[in-house]
Amino acid sequence: MMRLLRPLIIALGLTLLWQSIVWITGAPKFILPGPVQVFSTLFEQAPLLAKHGAVTLAEILLGLVFGVMLGLISALSLATWGPLRRWLMPVLVISQAIPVFALAPVLMLWLGYGMASKIAMATLIIYFPVTAACFDGLRQTPTGYLKLARTLGASKRAQLLQIRLPAALPAFASGLRVAASVAPIGAVVGEWVGSSTGLGYLMLNANARMQVDLMFAALLVLALIAVTLYFLIDFLARRLMPWQADSLNKANTSIAGH
Amino acid sequence: MDIHLSNASLHWQHHCVFSQLNLTLPGGQWTSILGQSGVGKSSLIQLLCGIADEADVQGEIACSDGKPLTGRVAWMAQDDLLLPWLSVLDNVLLGTRLTQQRRPKPEQIERARYLLSQVGLSERAKVLPAQLSGGQRQRVALARTLFQDCPLVCMDEPFSALDAINRLRLQDLAASLLHDRTVLMITHDPLEALRLSDQILVLGGSPAKLSSPITPPGLAPRQVSDSEVLRLQGELLEMLAGEAS
Repeated sequence: MMRLLRPLIIALGLTLLWQSIVWITGAPKFILPGPVQVFSTLFEQAPLLAKHGAVTLAEILLGLVFGVMLGLISALSLATWGPLRRWLMPVLVISQAIPVFALAPVLMLWLGYGMASKIAMATLIIYFPVTAACFDGLRQTPTGYLKLARTLGASKRAQLLQIRLPAALPAFASGLRVAASVAPIGAVVGEWVGSSTGLGYLMLNANARMQVDLMFAALLVLALIAVTLYFLIDFLARRLMPWQADSLNKANTSIAGH
Repeated sequence: MDIHLSNASLHWQHHCVFSQLNLTLPGGQWTSILGQSGVGKSSLIQLLCGIADEADVQGEIACSDGKPLTGRVAWMAQDDLLLPWLSVLDNVLLGTRLTQQRRPKPEQIERARYLLSQVGLSERAKVLPAQLSGGQRQRVALARTLFQDCPLVCMDEPFSALDAINRLRLQDLAASLLHDRTVLMITHDPLEALRLSDQILVLGGSPAKLSSPITPPGLAPRQVSDSEVLRLQGELLEMLAGEAS
């Protein structure tokens, strides 16, 4: 019961905080609109927000799929092929010195104003965290597991697929969680730089017309997408990895005695 | 099948831990090596298992049947090394999962279930290792080792992480299940060695050497209260303490 109530209480608390800031500072509604106004705009403009939200959601999801796939493939190749690791790893690290945001105009130039440049943006921003997390997971396999596998006669391939990969799943899940929370940033930045649809476009447009309430409503939709994605991935990770005991919630896990 | 290890040497940070070590494991007998930490016991056992990566350890291994030992050794470590994502039954079947393309055959599953019943865990075949206690987990590791059915079983302090009572229980279980197998066990507990072994060797000194074998009388598992066991335990403890000083 508490588990269901808690998000509601948190949401309510944050809304109250928001409203009290409006009251205390007496900010005009074109600077900080109150929650009531934003929520009413959210409902009035629901079709518009849904239309643009769907575009952004599609960009985020496709970016996630491509970024995670590329990251996984890179991590697997880095982990299995020594020469590639020695040559590509420094390149990957150096590539992170280039801020992804700075690439947005270039991507726009190459891929146009459509969805492709935003998907590329989300993919790029996800790629490195996923690669790094998976690669770390793959190389930090407990040596005991690998030694045991060798005494059992496992080939390199079997060691990778049946020991290294499953042992890396928890690290992969944390990479995925990070990816889920940064993918919306990539998509929105892409939209800011140049587009005619999407929540990022809607926010810029609303800002220019002083429709601050619409801007906040778009922000709420974006936050909703990001939070839903995060919890979805978290839920899936827990379901797929029941052996990953949560040491913070130890009381909930059953441990058989003797 | 007897196994001979000759001219074994181990170097650690340019320092000779042991060299020109010779060891014979008589077929069907349980040999234990006692020694303190740092005398290279684990490296010795990992050399026999073919998994000594970190250490600079060498030696010639010969089997009395003339074939190489590679692939014919089962290894049981202090850590149970159960894979947390596999059920207890699948952990016992790990060898088949890792080496054959297809799913385990029905007779293999039946054998794994039989071994689990031998270690008293047939009820828990489907659960994940995280739901077992330390003693239960080490029993699963024992079942996995037995499932391999190798000519040589190498055990590296297999019961040292357990409490006293569980340790005695597992020693009894191992003695009955590994009866007539060629076993090499490494331990720092003289009582454990005396209860289970046909011959006991002490590895000590610098560079380390193996003592002449001690053969406790009677059949394993020997009683903890057996007067001969207690007397030999005293002797071995004094010998080990002499090493330490």
